[in-house]
Amino acid sequence: MSPLLRIEGLTKRFGGLLAVDDACLQVEAGSITGLIGPNGAGKTTLFTMIAGFAEPTQGEVFYKGERITELPTHVRTMRGIARTFQIVQPFAGLTVRENIAVGAHLRHRARADALAKAEEVAVQVGLEPLLDRPAHALTVAGRKRLELARALATEPQLLLLDEVLAGLNPSEIRDMIPVVRGIRDSGVTILIVEHVMQAVMSLCDTVYVLAEGRMIAAGPPADVARNQRVIEAYLGQGAAARLRDGAAHA
Amino acid sequence: MKDKTLLLIAIVTLALALLPLGFESNVVLNFLAFAMIITLAAQGWNVLGGFGGQFSFGHAAFFGTGAYGMALLQVRFGVNAWLAMPIAIALGAAVGYAIGFLSFRARLRGSYFALVTLAFAEVFRISANVWSFTGGAAGVLVPLKLDPWNMQFADKRLGYWLALALVALVLLITHRLRESRFGAQLIAIRENEDAARALGADALAVKLKAIALSGGITAAAGSLYTQKFLYLDATLAYGPWISVEALLAPIIGGIGTIFGPLLGAFLLLGLGEVTKTFFANLLGGARPGADLVVFGVLLILCVAFAPRGVLGLLARLRGRGA
Ligand SMILES: Nc1ncnc2c1ncn2[C@@H]1O[C@H](COP(=O)(O)OP(=O)(O)OP(=O)(O)O)[C@@H](O)[C@H]1O
Ligand SMILES: [Mg+2]
Repeated sequence: MSPLLRIEGLTKRFGGLLAVDDACLQVEAGSITGLIGPNGAGKTTLFTMIAGFAEPTQGEVFYKGERITELPTHVRTMRGIARTFQIVQPFAGLTVRENIAVGAHLRHRARADALAKAEEVAVQVGLEPLLDRPAHALTVAGRKRLELARALATEPQLLLLDEVLAGLNPSEIRDMIPVVRGIRDSGVTILIVEHVMQAVMSLCDTVYVLAEGRMIAAGPPADVARNQRVIEAYLGQGAAARLRDGAAHA
Repeated sequence: MKDKTLLLIAIVTLALALLPLGFESNVVLNFLAFAMIITLAAQGWNVLGGFGGQFSFGHAAFFGTGAYGMALLQVRFGVNAWLAMPIAIALGAAVGYAIGFLSFRARLRGSYFALVTLAFAEVFRISANVWSFTGGAAGVLVPLKLDPWNMQFADKRLGYWLALALVALVLLITHRLRESRFGAQLIAIRENEDAARALGADALAVKLKAIALSGGITAAAGSLYTQKFLYLDATLAYGPWISVEALLAPIIGGIGTIFGPLLGAFLLLGLGEVTKTFFANLLGGARPGADLVVFGVLLILCVAFAPRGVLGLLARLRGRGA
């Protein structure tokens, strides 16, 4: 079976900076696939190209086997790709319910249906008690849930989550992990960018590692975490060797 | 909640309809009819600016197109007034779509969009002022033929009721807008365009629909203006005065609300009248432009203390009281 999402040789250049350099990746239907990497590695840039917010300098994006590299954002959303924003983008002047309903309207023309769907999604992500709050009054954790809820309300088949756990405290993270897993179990395929390793390890089936725009490793999370190039990408040149030496001395 | 708004629309419309039954004063009737025209122009602005967050400084382009369309269709082509009005409205919508297409496709937002609309309105004004087809600087006169068949009423109340009917229709349209997918996406684009796109809103299409609707509504105001005064020139039709009033009324009354433009138009015109009289008495003669000074001060006060207009202020005070 062909993967739900496949990117090939994706490249994005900002002036002299290669933000993403010849990246390839596959997301199997029904999986949670992780994308990790140090700050500035190009993860968000990769997401914006998959979601249609930026055109790649080079390379292709395939979804359900079809080339979608140049499709406008709203068409991709219609076909089932939804994204969240790393820097949350709430409709600040609207209530939580109205925020989620905007997403729900994609597949529900009638206001009443969209509002009902919004409520259903709010229950799913634990926002139900806050439905009538204005979005600007939410805490960081609330806003992250709202990002997730709005994207879910579009009833996606592929959900792109960009650091939905960033800025949360450990107990909030513990609350969110089962929510993400529950979304996958309901049949939504997830591609998740995350710095919180505990979450990556427990959620992901496969992890890709991006460093300075290049894909340097891929595989099951446990393997990737032991990968020498990955450790060096995070901790600097020679770090793997130093870690090994340190372990030997101890 | 939905039914409450509908009920309120019905009550307000009925109250306004009953107003002229009590008296015969021409001054008051003229004021009311003019207030309806400004309300309609402002309601048009509010669809795009209030709900869509796209601030236009050039709604005169639509008002003037409706006004000239109405006048020229009758004078140059002998079209009946009742037929001319929907055509004039369609012309306003088309001009809206065209301006929207040129500026939204170029991704103009905020002050850039505002300036471009202002520029368009000025181009229309200058063109109308020199083109012989529009009567040039002399303007265009619609012959006086008092007959309801010509949409010219001997009883001024009929003209007022016609304008009120259109205002009420737009109240219903804006109410429907708020209950529709189009409205939800339009408001979402106002709040955060990128987020709206990520949720499947076709931002360009939604904004084009909004500016066409907005242009059509404001053109309706222009066509009523023509029938009320039976005379037009470029400054009356396409002048900055109407762009200013179309945007001030919703901002003062309550931007992005159903009743804001109506309330704002009454406040604005009422205040304008008071100022004119006041300065005339104080300085022993009319001072043209005095009302504009007061409008300016009002706008500053509004932006500083009541950013959501009088309706927003009332809601806030009520919230604090409760
Ligand atoms: N629009 C842009 N114009 C110019 N440079 C950009 C733009 N967007 C991103 N960059 C640069 O591209 C590189 C990759 O950025 P990106 O946001 O994709 O990284 P990231 O992996 O998401 O990082 P983080 O973990 O901090 O979110 C960075 O050096 C960034 O400064
Ligand atoms: Mg990022």
